[in-house]
Amino acid sequence: MKRINATPYLLTAPGVLFFSALLGAPMVMTLLLSLHSYDYTLGIQDDWTLANYLDVFTDSYFYVIFGRTLGLSLLVTVLCILIGAPEAYILSRMRNPWRSIFLLVVLGPLLVSVVVRTLGWAILFGGNGLLAKTTAALGLGEVSLMYTMTGMTVALVHVLVPFMVIPVWASLQKMDPQSEDAALTLGASPFTVIRRITLPQITPGILSGSIICFALTAAAFATPSIIGGRRMKVVATMIYDEYKNTLNWPMGATLAALLLFANIVIITSANRLVERRFAKVFE
Amino acid sequence: MTFLRLEDLTKRFGEFTAVENVDLSIERGEFVSLLGPSGCGKTTTLQMIAGLQEPTAGRIVLGGTDITRLPPNKRGLGIVFQSYALFPHMDATGNVAFGLEMKGIGRSERQERARAALKLVKLDHLADRFPKEMSGGQRQRVALARALVIEPPVLLLDEPLSNLDAKLREEMRIELRLLQQEIGVTTILVTHDQEEALSMSDRVVVMEDGRIAQIAAPLELYERPRDLFVSDFVGKTNLLEARVLSAGERGSVVGIEGHQIDLPGTDLGKLDKVTLSLRPEKLVMSDAADGVEAKVLAAIFLGANWLYRVQTPIGELFVTQPNSGRPGFSNGDKTWLSWPDGAVNIFSAEGRFDETH
Ligand SMILES: Nc1ncnc2c1ncn2[C@@H]1O[C@H](COP(=O)(O)OP(=O)(O)OP(=O)(O)O)[C@@H](O)[C@H]1O
Ligand SMILES: [Mg+2]
Repeated sequence: MKRINATPYLLTAPGVLFFSALLGAPMVMTLLLSLHSYDYTLGIQDDWTLANYLDVFTDSYFYVIFGRTLGLSLLVTVLCILIGAPEAYILSRMRNPWRSIFLLVVLGPLLVSVVVRTLGWAILFGGNGLLAKTTAALGLGEVSLMYTMTGMTVALVHVLVPFMVIPVWASLQKMDPQSEDAALTLGASPFTVIRRITLPQITPGILSGSIICFALTAAAFATPSIIGGRRMKVVATMIYDEYKNTLNWPMGATLAALLLFANIVIITSANRLVERRFAKVFE
Repeated sequence: MTFLRLEDLTKRFGEFTAVENVDLSIERGEFVSLLGPSGCGKTTTLQMIAGLQEPTAGRIVLGGTDITRLPPNKRGLGIVFQSYALFPHMDATGNVAFGLEMKGIGRSERQERARAALKLVKLDHLADRFPKEMSGGQRQRVALARALVIEPPVLLLDEPLSNLDAKLREEMRIELRLLQQEIGVTTILVTHDQEEALSMSDRVVVMEDGRIAQIAAPLELYERPRDLFVSDFVGKTNLLEARVLSAGERGSVVGIEGHQIDLPGTDLGKLDKVTLSLRPEKLVMSDAADGVEAKVLAAIFLGANWLYRVQTPIGELFVTQPNSGRPGFSNGDKTWLSWPDGAVNIFSAEGRFDETH
């Protein structure tokens, strides 16, 4: 008879319990809530229905917001790659003490509360902020980035770049710097070395950084709500409005469930892609 | 004719001098080893030849052209790094073909030549494997094939065998040497393993603290080391400090711990103190009363040889004797120790005795 070793289960039990109580339960309740209908005079009903989902799928308004969230997430991710990957590479080429100093500068934003940091951007971007004054002085008129995609993108990229720098940095640390030297001696130009030798080796880092940046943007709340406001709603701020203003909790729950679902699908398929592509190359 | 010449090559890192006035001429097709203890500047010298480190002073001349300031990708030299530095995202063929691709060679010829190079290192059956899926020895061969396939004028090897286990290392030594002779590529090997340097090279360059201590063919290096450092670093030896008691045309007598030793045919002149170097395998142990008395302190069986530690009036010595198939001496045995004339190397403070006088 095969004996089942209970130790691993017993050891993970506290963690499993903790997560199922504090994370699993609210999620299941949210999912259940999304299956009730809502009446503006009577409140949440006791029925079971898919009406909320049907509403979302038939209303073009929701498509706009989901589309905007997806677009914003992709844009922020791409910008984070374009800024974060070279940044990590340059950092790794620096010598101490500069390396430590700049690494701290890069990670610095993470030490400031997201609300404080975003309010800082709001002051900068706002009607008579520094940006508006500068552009006015340059004769370009008063440019305000408040309530715009651009404003949200800038602020989010600023927050999320460290999440790209860290995994890319980690994969650069794992790389044998002599493989670049080897390519050089084999006749490759410095640019070819970066493109053919360095970039492929840090691609796993870039992809995991992308997954983090994408997921965090898709779920970001503080920055879109302060900089995007009512005019530039994304899914997260729309959920908040459903819960807090419209008081249509079932609809909020529906949107939350859909956001979670979309996120899971996109991230797991990206992950699958990475694993399949790089299984042979890296541990 | 000199093919590769290093002229007074010097490298400083800030205040620290890693390589100092290295002057070396290498013939076409020659196999030269840079041998020295850790941190003596071997890798730095090799990297300057490769173009990966810029010399602080001096020149590198290859086949008549000064390449001192040429970037590494224009030199076309083949290098095998200590870590192999394979490209983990390419399979063996991809790794080997990379250099050919950089030369602008077409795809089909590339594949063919890469395969031929892998065959040369007996790895053609693993052409599709990624570095991660290969053993250390196999990776080492891929690195070698990658360096050789571009047909470099000079092959640079930075401790290529140090990551292999003892048995494989010995096999690879022979294979590498045969391969080098077969294709006739000028080769510089960096190593801190004196056996490796002696067994593979035409000439060995011994380095100490960034400077060249001696350049010689392996046998000469072993038999006639130029100073105490080389004598001690290359091979095993017993060093004995001695006081000169008398010196003359017909020979000298030195004293060690109150015991007299004759050095027939050696005139130590006005020297006061010398150091004698006695190789363990040059000593002869026998029961006939000849030489100095010896008592065995430890007997270690090494297979082909016995290694003894013996107590003598001139100090404790290591002795190696070939295994003749019969039981050797054991602990506590009393015996006699002698050595043939000329087996002793004599060093004064300035270096080797017969070169300084
Ligand atoms: N980039 C550098 N900056 C400062 N010092 C360095 C640098 N590279 C090497 N050195 C120093 O130069 C000396 C020679 O280094 P090198 O790597 O050439 O030694 P090596 O003979 O190859 O030793 P090993 O057998 O351990 O590989 C060492 O003392 C090392 O600390
Ligand atoms: Mg070295």
